[in-house]
Amino acid sequence: MKLLTANFVQCTVKACGSSPDCFPLHFDQQMPDIPLELVHEDVDFSPEFICNILPRIEWAALLTTARELGNTQLPEAKPEIENPHAPENAQLLRDLHTLLLETQISQGSMRCANCGHIYFIRDSIPNFLLPGHLVQ
Amino acid sequence: MPIQSQSATAHPADPIELEHTHVHAVYDKIAPHFSQTRYKPWPIVQRYLETRPRGSVGLDIGCGNGKYISVNPEIYVLGSDRSSKLIELACTGKEVGKKRFVDVGIADGIETPFRTSRFDFAISIAVVHHFATPQRRLEAVKSILRALRQGGTALVYVWALEQKGSRRGWDEGHAQDVMVPWVTEKDGARTVVERYYHLYRKGEIEADVEAAGGKVIEGGYERDNWWVIFEGS
Repeated sequence: MKLLTANFVQCTVKACGSSPDCFPLHFDQQMPDIPLELVHEDVDFSPEFICNILPRIEWAALLTTARELGNTQLPEAKPEIENPHAPENAQLLRDLHTLLLETQISQGSMRCANCGHIYFIRDSIPNFLLPGHLVQ
Repeated sequence: MPIQSQSATAHPADPIELEHTHVHAVYDKIAPHFSQTRYKPWPIVQRYLETRPRGSVGLDIGCGNGKYISVNPEIYVLGSDRSSKLIELACTGKEVGKKRFVDVGIADGIETPFRTSRFDFAISIAVVHHFATPQRRLEAVKSILRALRQGGTALVYVWALEQKGSRRGWDEGHAQDVMVPWVTEKDGARTVVERYYHLYRKGEIEADVEAAGGKVIEGGYERDNWWVIFEGS
């Protein structure tokens, strides 16, 4: 699961949908038998794509996710980038590319801060299926 | 409601159990074979994806082996499927590998994990017809609408009842809830598994969209399927 994806998923439990705590899911508590693993996966760099995707990102949630995964380098406010090819933007776009698209959570778990349900990631695939008693 | 099979008739006491046995378990079982037969995008789906603006973020709910998630390299697509075997194929196959602005996960089509009101678009191709009651099919459409941002649109395809020119030969007036056999042959041994489908009548998917609170933009018939493009209202 790419780090960017964490910015677009929330707790699957319907009753959590109305709670502000259902998003983002948290990586701050991990299970000892399935420790958190991040891998770097090369992805073709497209400054235009990062520039276009930036307005769609919920920045506060991204800061939380990145911090919980060990990255504290992001600016506190969402950067505004108009020209993806301007030299002064090159490093930031490259950093965002690495963080959002090349950082793969290959194993670990995500926790809902509202209901406490834990979603596992194995072989880079998150599993959002709920046990029967949580399905409404 | 009686379920008419081509070979037998079944009465589902529990729609969830029916979907488990005759949809989820079947796709997990036939995944590799099914995947080999699903590589060519349908033209209307392809056109819809190709015309999404750059930087759009969208969903492919019930993405199967992921044949649509990499059609447009300028957008970010999250694909989900109930079948872990199909998701594994989407993940390890070249669909994800060759174009990396995509991601996949295992998720239900009603209990979806997608952030409310965030997505520019969604597609759900040949998925909603696998839910076994009118209420659950409606819930599936509602889940798509819930994920769309204001002004976001979705494209849904369902199998049509009216397809008398197809090899199945169904048409108006036939039973709408059917079991469809999937036949595999390996080393001379023939295995048959049955998939559950609700075959949609003309206008039925549009009615579901309206009942779910959506607004139909466009719809039509292509290759034995009804399709509809809609937005939230």
